[in-house]
Amino acid sequence: MYRGKLWTMRQFAGMGTPEQTNERFKFLLAKGQTGLSVAFDNPTLYGWDSDHPLSAGEVGKTGVAVDTLADMERLFDGVPLDRVSTSMTINAPAAWIFTMFLANAEKRGIPFAALRGTLQNDILKEYIAQKEWIFPPEPHLRLITDLMAFAAERVPQWNTISISGYHIREAGSTAAQELAFTLADGFAYVEHALRAGLDIDDFAPRLSFFFNAHLDFFEEIAKMRAARRIWARRMREKYGAKNPRSWLCRFHVQTAGCSLTAQQPELNIVRTALEALSGVLGGCQSLHTNSMDEALALPSEKAVEIALRTQQVIAYESGVPNVIDPLGGSYYVEALTRDLEDQAERYFQRIDELGGIVPAIEQGFPQKEITRAAYEYQMALSRKRKIHVGVNAFVNEGEALEIPLLEIDEAVERDQMRDLAAVKARRDNGAVAASLRALEKAAAGTGNLIPGLLDCSRVYATLGEISAALVRVFGEYREQPFF
Amino acid sequence: MSPQPTTHPIKVIIAKPGLDGHDRGAKVVARALVEAGMEVVYLGLRQTPEAIVAAALEEDADVVGLSVLSGAHLTHFRRVRELMVEQGLGDRLLTGGGIIPGKDQETLGALGVGRLFGPGDDLRGIVDYIKTWAASRPA
Repeated sequence: MYRGKLWTMRQFAGMGTPEQTNERFKFLLAKGQTGLSVAFDNPTLYGWDSDHPLSAGEVGKTGVAVDTLADMERLFDGVPLDRVSTSMTINAPAAWIFTMFLANAEKRGIPFAALRGTLQNDILKEYIAQKEWIFPPEPHLRLITDLMAFAAERVPQWNTISISGYHIREAGSTAAQELAFTLADGFAYVEHALRAGLDIDDFAPRLSFFFNAHLDFFEEIAKMRAARRIWARRMREKYGAKNPRSWLCRFHVQTAGCSLTAQQPELNIVRTALEALSGVLGGCQSLHTNSMDEALALPSEKAVEIALRTQQVIAYESGVPNVIDPLGGSYYVEALTRDLEDQAERYFQRIDELGGIVPAIEQGFPQKEITRAAYEYQMALSRKRKIHVGVNAFVNEGEALEIPLLEIDEAVERDQMRDLAAVKARRDNGAVAASLRALEKAAAGTGNLIPGLLDCSRVYATLGEISAALVRVFGEYREQPFF
Repeated sequence: MSPQPTTHPIKVIIAKPGLDGHDRGAKVVARALVEAGMEVVYLGLRQTPEAIVAAALEEDADVVGLSVLSGAHLTHFRRVRELMVEQGLGDRLLTGGGIIPGKDQETLGALGVGRLFGPGDDLRGIVDYIKTWAASRPA
């Protein structure tokens, strides 16, 4: 596998203005990164504009702000989109961030068929773990199916979804829960697309996954192996996929952010190296390695360079990539793999009894399982049944921070709002209003919404204007708080 | 006659202000406070400073705990503190946690915000801090 092609080294990056993020992309590519991965800020993840009253204080903080096509143009300025693959971590407004991306490619004369990349586009794990949604589940599922159908025809090299366990694990789940809830989400997307009349072998080869690589080395490898076995079996036996590419569980791995410590942060380099190695031994197709300072701030250039170099050490020095699934046949890893498969199957049964993953989410089932696991994990640390070096053992009393931290300038918010106002002033506001009206009408019907979203994006309708048009038809989702 | 010891449990509002969806820490802390005998009202996600302070007023909360991992801590803590003072809750404790650099903790401390916790802090330390604060309040 890796002898033919190494995994893609893809560091998740985004902060401040589109120009600042563009600069970080170019820095990473210059250091030997082989794919891009965009981190959007919180307002963008919710489908809100930078000038929304509730965006105050959040613009550009944990990712880059994208309000219109103009920001997309600045974000990818000078990046060869037909040669570098781009992953975008965006879910609730994924479809209209994607159409902004397409509109930018179109303006630059790059054919859609040449574009390669991945859209996270996994709304079910948002309800379960990351909590960034707009509508209730059904309209979001419709948009996902629409996108799969559109991309199968027009953007055939694009991975239309990255079904993600990462956030489930970060929210505190166990490895078995991450495996089970992620794959259950995957089954739901497949079943929704099949009900809409799509052919399994038309869309399944473009489904991709995203797992966490946490601290327990062998368990993580076993989890990734178990995911491949369960997925292949289901796709063949239950959904009748004939194309072998439909059976593949291709996945991205990110090392566990929640395993990083603010204490003795240099140790995070070692943790990340071990976690990354489990991702490689588990057979990932792309990998993000966290930076040592991420329990404290967004990564500095120095920290992110070390993180990327860690992957390069594994790839080019360790010899690990020379063989596929090197732990296959190990009595311990095989037993762990079977055990995780069994645990996942038991969860699938529970979820079926609740009526499927969507009703299970509406009843709070996965959320409660994860919350309980998170509390147990924390208590295990508190009682030292689990050891975290530098935190509850081997502590350096009164330690001083010795690494530099990145700061996001408070001026970013003001600059972004000024740029947004300028775009609104110079665009054709009549065309914007017409495209939004057409979109709203299409949303009330049953047709594919992607062409309408592309029309809105082309004329510089804002992310928030598009969200608002759709909310008028689809309504908003509210969560019942519990702990 | 000796004064009656106060018997009411310490009442804590826990909330996630702004757009940050990371609720693992807030929920774990909420549960730890309940197990330590406190009364907790968890408001959940996407709360405005106005809604948080209104809830604190309505519940007559002793403590307001905010969780912010999105980098927007200066905006949110500052605004909640201002509203608490304006609405006569200046003597209540505003505390919380998240990814909050030491420099920003100092800035917020100077505005009357209490201790802020971060990754790796022990749950017992949070419980002890709140209990110690409550015990030192004038009756």
